[in-house]
This record gives sequence, C-alpha cells and structure tokens, in this order.
Amino acid sequence: MTIDQFFFYLALLGYLLGTLHYLLHIASQRRSLGRVATYATLAGFGAHTLSHIFRIYTLGRPPLGSLYESLSFLAWAIVLIYLVTEFRYGNRVIGAFVLPMVLLAGSAAAALPRRIAELGPAFQGVGLWVHVALAILGNAAFALTFCTGLMYILQERQLKSRLLGRMHFRLPSLDLLDDVSVKSLLFGFPLLTLALITGVIWAEYTRGSFLPLYGRETWSILSWLIYGGLLYARLSAGWRGRKAAILAIIGFCLVLFTLIGVSLLRTGRVL
Amino acid sequence: MEILVVGLNHTTAPIELRERLNVPEADLPKPLEMLGNSPELVERMLVATCNRVEIYGVAEGSVEKAVEAITDCLASHRNVEKALFADKLYTHTAAGAVRHVFRVASSLDSMVVGEPQILGQVKTAYSVARSQEAAGVILTNLMEQAFHVAKRVRSETGIAASAVSVSSAAVELARKIFGDLTGRSVLIIGAGEMAELALRHLLDDGVRSVLVANRSYDRAVTLAREFCGRAVTFEAFRQEMVAADIVISATSAPHLILKKEDVQIIIQQRRHRPIFLIDIADPRDIDAACNEVDNVYLYNIDDLKSVVEANLKERQREAERAELIIEREVGVYLDWLRSLDVVPTIVSLRQRVEDIRGAELQKAITRLGDLTPEQREAITAMSHAMVNKILHQPMTELKRRAALQDGHLYTSVLRRLFGLEERDK
Repeated sequence: MTIDQFFFYLALLGYLLGTLHYLLHIASQRRSLGRVATYATLAGFGAHTLSHIFRIYTLGRPPLGSLYESLSFLAWAIVLIYLVTEFRYGNRVIGAFVLPMVLLAGSAAAALPRRIAELGPAFQGVGLWVHVALAILGNAAFALTFCTGLMYILQERQLKSRLLGRMHFRLPSLDLLDDVSVKSLLFGFPLLTLALITGVIWAEYTRGSFLPLYGRETWSILSWLIYGGLLYARLSAGWRGRKAAILAIIGFCLVLFTLIGVSLLRTGRVL
Repeated sequence: MEILVVGLNHTTAPIELRERLNVPEADLPKPLEMLGNSPELVERMLVATCNRVEIYGVAEGSVEKAVEAITDCLASHRNVEKALFADKLYTHTAAGAVRHVFRVASSLDSMVVGEPQILGQVKTAYSVARSQEAAGVILTNLMEQAFHVAKRVRSETGIAASAVSVSSAAVELARKIFGDLTGRSVLIIGAGEMAELALRHLLDDGVRSVLVANRSYDRAVTLAREFCGRAVTFEAFRQEMVAADIVISATSAPHLILKKEDVQIIIQQRRHRPIFLIDIADPRDIDAACNEVDNVYLYNIDDLKSVVEANLKERQREAERAELIIEREVGVYLDWLRSLDVVPTIVSLRQRVEDIRGAELQKAITRLGDLTPEQREAITAMSHAMVNKILHQPMTELKRRAALQDGHLYTSVLRRLFGLEERDK
C-alpha cells in the first residue's frame, strides 16, 4: 500500500465514522454525537487532503486522471463545501444527508482500479486539469444543493400534510434549506460555466474543434442548461421552494449520469 | 439514616387542597424552621408549587416519626386540619425517594410532562433550604445530582422539544418555515384572545412589524397601539398580505374572507416567498384549498390542536426514554451513597493497623539497639509491606461489595472484628 492509499483509507474511515455519528445525532438528537461526527469528518478530510498531496507528489500531476481519482476528488470537494456550510450555519442535520453520499463516492472510488493511468499526449496540459477541477468542484456544490433540495421536499411535505412526524422536528427550517440551496447553486454554477468554457477551449486546442459532441459533452451541456435555467428562474422569476428543489434533484441525477454513467458506458475513456 | 420524600401533588390531591397547602416563595423559610425542631429530620427542604407540596428530608431513626412531624408542620403552618390531607400524602424512602426527586426535577412528574418551570422552582426551594442551613451533605449531593439528571434528560431526550399549547405550536411551525423570526412581519385580521396570545408569542420570538386589520377601524387602531403596530383598513388586508409573512385570521365573519384565487394572486405578487396562514376563526375565514398553493402553509385551529396532541404523544414517548435515564442515574447515585459508608470504614481500618505498625516498629527498634540507617530502613520497609499486603485483599473486597446490595453487612462485620466502633468514639 502506497502512502497516499493509506491516507485515503484513513479518510474513508473518518467519513464512515462521520456518517454513523451524523445519523446517530439526527436519531438521538444528542449534541455530543454531533460533535463526534464533525471531528471524525474533519479528521477524514485532513487525511484525504494528505492523500491528494502525496499522490500529486508521486504522479507529478493533479490527481484527476482516472475515474478513481475524480471520484476521490469529488468526495473531498463535497466534504470541503459541506464543512464550510456546517460552520457557517451551525447545523449538523444536513451532514446526515451529505456524508452518506460522500461515503458512497469514496467507497466507489476505493473499488475502482488504482493503477496510475498512462495518459496520452492529448490528456496533458494545464487547461485540462483546470477544466476537470472546476467541473468537479461545481458538481460538489450541486451535491449539496441536491441534499438540501431533498430535505426541503421532506420538510415541506410534513408541513403541508400537517402530520408532523419525527422528521419534522429534526429537519431545519425551510428558509435555511432554501438559503443553502440557492447559495450552493450560486457557487456551483459559475464553476460549471468556467469548466465548460475551458473544456471547449481545450477541445479546440487539441482536437481542432469542439464538435463533434460525444455523449459526455451533451450530458454536461444538458445539466448546465438545467442548472442555468434553475438559477435564472430563482433569480428573475422568484422560483423557490418545492419546484426549485425538484429541479435541483433532477439536475444532480444528470450530473451523476455524466460523471459515472457515461464513463462506465464508454470504458477506456474515464475522463 | 434514610432519604425521605413526603408530599402530595396533582395526582393525589384536588386543586382546592393544593392551593390551601401551597407555600409562597417568601414564606418558605418558616416551615423549614419549624421542622428544624424535630430531631428525626436532620436535613430538610420544601418544594411548593401550584401542583405540588413536598418535603425532601433525611430521617435519622424512625421514619414514621419524621413523617408525623412533617404532617404536623404542614397542618399547623397553613391551618389545615390533618384529616383533610393525611390520606393524600405519599411517602417515599431510599431508592423510591431518590427516583421521585429525580423525576420531579426532570419534569417527568409534572402535569404537562416536560414543562420547564419546575426545575427553577426546585432550585429556588433548594437555595432557600441552603440559606437556612436546613440542607446538609446528603441533600446537597442529592439535589446537585438531581439537577445534573434534569440537564441530561433535557439534552438527551426530546421531552421539552415540542410545543404543547396552540399558540406556541403556531410559533414552532413559523420557525420551521421561516427559521429565525427576527424581522418577520405579522398581519392580524380580526381580534380575539387566542389571536392576541399567538401574536404575543410571535413578538417574544423576534417578530417586529405588526399590522392590524379589523372591520371596525377604531378597534384596529386600539389593538395596533397595544402591540406597537400599524392599523390598516379591512378592505386593504389582501394588499398587506403581499408584505406580511404570517397572517393570523380571527374574524367573526360568517363566510370565507380569503379564497384560493386570492392567495394565488398574492403569492405571485410575493414572488413566491412563503406565507404562513393561521385560521383560528370559527367558522373558518380561509378556504382550506389555499393550502394547495405552493409556498402557502395553512393551519386552522383544529390542525394546530392536532399538532399539540401529536406533540404530547411525542413527549410521552420521549418520557419513556427519560425514565430509563432516571433509572440508571438512581442506580449510580445509590452506589455512590453506599460507597460513602465504606470509605470511612476503610480509612479507620487503615488508621488502626497503621497505629499498631508504628507502635510495634518502635518497640522492635528500641529492643535491637544500635542499628545502621540501612538496617533501620529495611525493618521499616518490611513493616509497611506486611501491612499493605495484609490489607490489600479485604479492602478490594470491601470496595467491590460496597456496590452490591449487602455492602453494609460487610462494613458492619469488619467494624466489629477490628473494634473500629469503639475506636471512632
């Protein structure tokens, strides 16, 4: 086991403990469990960061060259954005939704081959790394939008039906959930836009043309359009709440499909 | 020595009797002083609220005599005939008493389970007893532990988490919709006790701007002045709903005053910002179909009542969890109480053996005459080692036994075997 793998597994362990304690926290409403969850996640994040640093040192390039590396970086970025949100809003309930997703992404990465991909000359250059990093960071922000959207719908259903279950008391207010949703969207969308632009430039530069579009590019553009439409509807038409949450959920399903689905369908090309 | 609880509460005595026996906070020292004259009750404190009158004490000797003294005191202090309440009194001792005190402080014995006032009332009662020097070591420890348990119950169960009155349920719902209520605005249409109560709750929670609409504009102005709000004409209330976040409707209109179509227009004008409609009028003011509009949350009085009922059930469930915590804490406390008896036994046993060791060592050294410092030290070390080795087993066993039911048996046997009783005197 190389040193970066050691720290990667350590990070997974931290995320596992974090997930368990966030869930226990939401079930038992004990503050102490919530604190443990935060510490475990912070520790996992630290280990994960070290893992990336060691991998960069070994590879001599950013760790974004394979599906394993991309997923691992995605998990890392989601944790980063989540932790900032937790400290900003002082709410740990969102963690019970975000951390399982992080754990899933991390475990999926762990299950993938971790050999160092030999990248052809077409896959070199700063432009590409910037493109991939921006896209993953943007999608990490959308992961948070997805979670708060899901939570919004759960809370909204409880309030509308007037049958207030245990979930109602544990979930944060609609206002907070909508606020996190819109802020993560405002953070993610410019990143995704920049990612698309750098992607186009990189394709022009290496292939001579952005066209023809492969499946992956098409799906990317589709999810960009959905998020763009959502942002536009929110900012100009005052769309909010349930409809915005549903659209955010659909958008993220597309993102997942672009990131993983298309890659798996077309094995051999994992970028 | 026995921990003792004597008292009556809302389950054993009717309100008239509780009122007659209740002791106002300012009068608390008097009965404590009276009880101080009875030698059976070495420590005492009095908890008196509108739902309970209870005395927590430590009895020395006869528990019956202590109970009698307490009954006499209650009767003479409030001039109530003993026969009127004697059969309503309950008495708890030992584990039962500890459990009762923990349950009271944790608000599990309250009429509304989880209500927050009782802890403050118990704390007041305790501090009065302390200032009277009526609470000694045992009660002090018991109460500190009770406050710790109450804190645990509060933080580890949802016993006090949900609202149990209609107006506080409305505020809780508003908080789940808007988060922080600071700076939110409320529009009240019509008037009524319930509406004003809800409004007061909202104002306590940070709602700032209040708008009042009433068919009688003068009435609106009066009400607005009371809440530092602004009166608007009744005809204009729909326009005002564009800015208001929470609407409390309580008119005496015989028909609906707000229909789904109105709300659809209003929500558009609000740019879909959520609005919370509370309809406490009878008959209804707001069409039930309004709830179908996105970002509109409509609750009528029956909805709020069923929320309260559900909350009470939730509290009951949480109370069961709280009982488990209490049961564990009672165990922990009793263990501690028992080990209390063991500690002085161990100390005096050690002291006794140490005295023998010192005396015998001195004798031996005098008899042996000239010794080098090394020899002297070797003999001293040997005596220490022997004492420690001999005492180790019985002391470990004693500490272990202390936590079990028959702990006191071992301490008393040990005390007799080594003649510690006479020594202590």
